[in-house]
Amino acid sequence: MQWNSLSDFLAMGGYAFYVWGSFGACALGMVIEIVILKQRRRAIMARLSRKELSQ
Amino acid sequence: MNHSLVNWFKFASPASFYPLAGRLIPFFTAAAVLLLAAGLWLGLLVAPTDAQQGEGYRIIFVHVPASWMSMFIYCVMAFWAALGLSFNTRLSGMMTSALAPTGALFAFLSLWTGALWGKPMWGAWWVWDARLTSQLILFFLYLGFIALQAAIDDPRRADKAGAILALVGVVNVPIIYFSVQWWNTLHQGASVSMTKAPSMAHTMLLGMLLMALAFWAYTIAVALMRVRCIILERELTSEWVKKNAME
Amino acid sequence: MSRFLSPFIQSVRRDLLLAARHKTEIVTALFFFVIVVNLLPLGIGPDPDLLRKIAPGALWISALLATLLGLQRLFAPDHADGTLEQMALSPQSFTLLVAGKILAHWLVAGLPVVLIAPVLGLQFDLSGRSLLILTVSLLLGTPILSLIGAVGAALTLGVRGSGALLSLLILPLYIPALIFGAGAVEADLAGLGPDGHLSLLAALLVVSAFFAPWVATVALRVALE
Repeated sequence: MQWNSLSDFLAMGGYAFYVWGSFGACALGMVIEIVILKQRRRAIMARLSRKELSQ
Repeated sequence: MNHSLVNWFKFASPASFYPLAGRLIPFFTAAAVLLLAAGLWLGLLVAPTDAQQGEGYRIIFVHVPASWMSMFIYCVMAFWAALGLSFNTRLSGMMTSALAPTGALFAFLSLWTGALWGKPMWGAWWVWDARLTSQLILFFLYLGFIALQAAIDDPRRADKAGAILALVGVVNVPIIYFSVQWWNTLHQGASVSMTKAPSMAHTMLLGMLLMALAFWAYTIAVALMRVRCIILERELTSEWVKKNAME
Repeated sequence: MSRFLSPFIQSVRRDLLLAARHKTEIVTALFFFVIVVNLLPLGIGPDPDLLRKIAPGALWISALLATLLGLQRLFAPDHADGTLEQMALSPQSFTLLVAGKILAHWLVAGLPVVLIAPVLGLQFDLSGRSLLILTVSLLLGTPILSLIGAVGAALTLGVRGSGALLSLLILPLYIPALIFGAGAVEADLAGLGPDGHLSLLAALLVVSAFFAPWVATVALRVALE
């Protein structure tokens, strides 16, 4: 293990902004992509069930 | 026609690929989560501090995999595009458009993390280096592909036009890379020496590899999710969707 | 040979005739080129050293934009009145007809730009040698712009907002031509000689002349389906 304490880990040797900015952006991008896909699927399912009901 | 060929063409139909994709998604999601956990653990907690770049080098654990994936995804798109144009299979076009947004995301993330790495290491958010410039152009190519498909209403035409554009793009990417590199050597003043770390520690390399594999598994899982959406949207009126997709 | 090329020649002649009837279009594109080039010193400042430095890039980028103007109308009018479909169905080679249209587009939109570029280069205080290299680079490079642009025009034919979309698709693909074209003058000024850049540009021209009409034809057939 590289780190002595949590604050040490979060400080990233003074590069906190750059390192967490990178990892954070990647996490954010992936989470947003998955959320958008889930919403898209939910919208399709809603349309399908509406059609089912109307028939 | 031999047996295996029949099988392949069976899965080329959206109706039979849809449930297969559904079965594959959990597998690749699990792989992505496990690999991501292992890669982050190695990259953030175990890998030693770099002698020259301090802790800032840890950005490469997301930067390099994102760059690799953005290039790899474009090649895979071109592969599906070629398949779609030559065999006229509907699924190929759907796969091409399912991959594009994820490729664009990785191209963007690669630029973003590159800027965040460049600022402390080079003192500038952006330099006109051949690799950075090519990556930016790759991002533009993704955006062009997505915009073209979004502008065409007829899905079959959107697929084919997109396929042609993807193939034109994949032929151009090496030419663009070469030309930008050529341009870069002419303008020596603007370039920054990109010396690689002399020898990467094994844990660093392993961490990067795990992260790359995690991104790869993530890409497959997300692309399959998206292709399932695309299939449903296009075949909303067909019989099999009404029967089976609601499960 | 002449029989094989006759659809090509017919197609060039027809498009030139049509262009001659709408002279304003040619003049507008040319005027656009001139005015963009002339705006740059106004935005940057009149320092001759600086202007000499940016001249190749400025002229090349303006040429690139001027080419884009006419590209939207490369296939659109023929598509609107059904001529394009007739061409696709005709027994003559559709690829040759398309190649003819591309050449006509270059003669109308590219060649005037090449011819007027040396005059504008004078405004940027370029030396005679640099002017010559710039003109040669434009002469080799502007056909590439028409060729690659034709693929984009075919892909976006009849599509919503095709003008902006066309630029988004095509401009990234223009980068190699821009780099080798504008770089030729700079390389010469740096003492490296323009030969390397110009031969790469010529290679690009040959490759795109070989493939672009064919790809544009495939894209047009998709659009016409």
